[in-house]
Amino acid sequence: MEVSSLPISASQRGKLISSGYTSLSSLSSVSPSRLAQDLKISENEALEILKVASRRSGLDITDIGACAIVNGAQTAWDILHEEESSVRITTSCSDLDDILGGGINCKEVTEVGGVPGIGKTQLGIQLAINVQIPADYGGLEGKAVYIDTEGSFMVERAFQIAEACIEDMQEYNSFLRKDFQACQNRKDPKDFLDNIFYFRICSYTEQIAVINYLEKFVSEHKDVKAVVIDSITFHFRQDFEDMALRTRLLGGMALKLMKLAKTFNLAVILLNQVTTKYSEGSFQLTLALGDSWSHACTNRVILYWNGNERYAHIDKSPSMRAASAPYAVTGRGIRNCASNSKRVKMM
Amino acid sequence: MANKLISQMGLPKSIANVFAARSIITAKDALSLTEFELMELLDVGLAEVTLALAHISEISSPPYQTALSLLEYRIQNEYLAGHLPTQLKGLDAALCGGIPFGVVTELVGPAGIGKTQFCLKLALLASLPSTYGGLDGSVIYIDVESKFSSKRMIEMGFKSFPEILHMEGMAKEMAGRILVLQPASLTEFTESLQQLKVSILQHHVKLLIIDSMAALISGENGQGPPRQHALGWHISFIKSLAEFSRIPVVVTNQVRSQGRDEASRYSFQVQNRTKFPEDLSSFDSHLVAALGIQWAHAVSIRLVLESRSGQRFIKISKSSISPPMAFLFNITASGIFLLDDDGVEMMGPEINAIHCQGHSGTVNFDT
Repeated sequence: MEVSSLPISASQRGKLISSGYTSLSSLSSVSPSRLAQDLKISENEALEILKVASRRSGLDITDIGACAIVNGAQTAWDILHEEESSVRITTSCSDLDDILGGGINCKEVTEVGGVPGIGKTQLGIQLAINVQIPADYGGLEGKAVYIDTEGSFMVERAFQIAEACIEDMQEYNSFLRKDFQACQNRKDPKDFLDNIFYFRICSYTEQIAVINYLEKFVSEHKDVKAVVIDSITFHFRQDFEDMALRTRLLGGMALKLMKLAKTFNLAVILLNQVTTKYSEGSFQLTLALGDSWSHACTNRVILYWNGNERYAHIDKSPSMRAASAPYAVTGRGIRNCASNSKRVKMM
Repeated sequence: MANKLISQMGLPKSIANVFAARSIITAKDALSLTEFELMELLDVGLAEVTLALAHISEISSPPYQTALSLLEYRIQNEYLAGHLPTQLKGLDAALCGGIPFGVVTELVGPAGIGKTQFCLKLALLASLPSTYGGLDGSVIYIDVESKFSSKRMIEMGFKSFPEILHMEGMAKEMAGRILVLQPASLTEFTESLQQLKVSILQHHVKLLIIDSMAALISGENGQGPPRQHALGWHISFIKSLAEFSRIPVVVTNQVRSQGRDEASRYSFQVQNRTKFPEDLSSFDSHLVAALGIQWAHAVSIRLVLESRSGQRFIKISKSSISPPMAFLFNITASGIFLLDDDGVEMMGPEINAIHCQGHSGTVNFDT
């Protein structure tokens, strides 16, 4: 282990190396006062460095545990169990759920993109409502954080979707359970709205700030199970001159979101816009923010028009195969495509 | 929020001084750097940087609201829960009350279809006293194409609200509430937008109309990508203007013909091209909205005005609240009106198509 891997400031690292302390073992037997002398720093500072160093080397020693050779690692077998027990948020469209393996997976970052008006915001609102379905109905009984960068969140629409969701739950009750008790304590759409925490973001700085702050926010509101960002793109598309900086900031943001999803076992849904890209001799549609961003999320779903129907296509996923499924945006929210009962068509 | 000063955030003195010494003054400066860049620059350890960043982030992130409090606020504080009724019954019903406050609503359509007529009507409606269903406020009308006609607007007013405008001095007062700006260039437009920010709050402005957005760009640039970038700033500015002053913003957009190499497919669709026979319907309509896809993402509601076999339709093409409905309309001396309040629901990409087949291009005065 080298000193250069210690999380200490650059000048301290420089002083350590120039005084000959290049490896962690060289630090293990030195006293704080000696180090302070050698480096010409205060004893307190030397003590801090030694603490950091011993914490780091301590990790190396205790690693001889039963299952983990490297600290913090899990065996693939454990992960398999975890994956099987992991929960998913239904999209309210069973065809879409099928290709997603049951819904939007918690612990993962899912990106959803599509042309304007295809239904991205609709899906975002639907998920913010569906995450609250009580456990009795197979839901997560969680809460949702909705980060709105575009101002497209419509509270009236959320109300409609919540109403429809309650109706569906009652229907489920009366058909499958004949359980009148449960019918009694029906939920109010307002309860659903009360569990959506809405952040309105007006600049990319605020977007970064909120994402940094989420970790603290979620640890104070442990029942948050879904974070929807609508859209991740908007501010990053307007305000940037320096593309390298944009890529770095986006990368940092993606890492934080992934960590958030893992630590708190929640689903992160990023909505993205589309742009055009020139490849293989023709212009094609592609999701915005460029190629390096496309590595940032675990799953990527593209919404598109196929003939007269809206389709969702799984463009990227480590565990699901590429597949497409139709869905519909109805007055009640996202639903299965009712192609057999077509309504009045124009022309 | 982004320009909050780090020195006033209550960070420990020692670290706050380090930030100041490296001239990282605002939250924006700090958050535009990654943690490692900050470590290098400030010459402190990772733990301190993370702590400081967490603190800065917490303070500079805007406070949250629950969706419920948002709904209740709107119902309590805003007239008609934040909508400007268009007085077109079917359209109002589909839009849950009219043109919503706080978002950008776009009108797209071929020349002569009635976009400006619609804008004039809206301007009139917003200036009406609230007893007659108006907003009782001033209107700012940015007329880029020099199409604004007071005569036409007053005529519309006399025909549709004779009882109000025949009142003594009413026509003068109403027309006096509508302020028309005619910027000649994009720079001029930009300047007036910036001034608007203040005057909207001071002068009780209840509606902002920009007719049209596309004309600004086509006047300055040629074809191609710069078109999108030139408006990047305006897009976010207009959106935030709508949001913070909570007024409806209506912009119009022109149409242009679709280029042959226009992208309408994703790469995964192209690979399976043999499976999907070329969509013939997409060749019917060669028209697309003049401002590109980035603009289309930014508007919250898009209304398409189009004509098919001589009949005019208004369609709700993009809206996160309304179903995709189409209404038959006509334009008469009293302005735009719907022939059928029920409308038809549309399916599929028909929602986005813009047709232009044989409309007269002038106002139909005989009905």
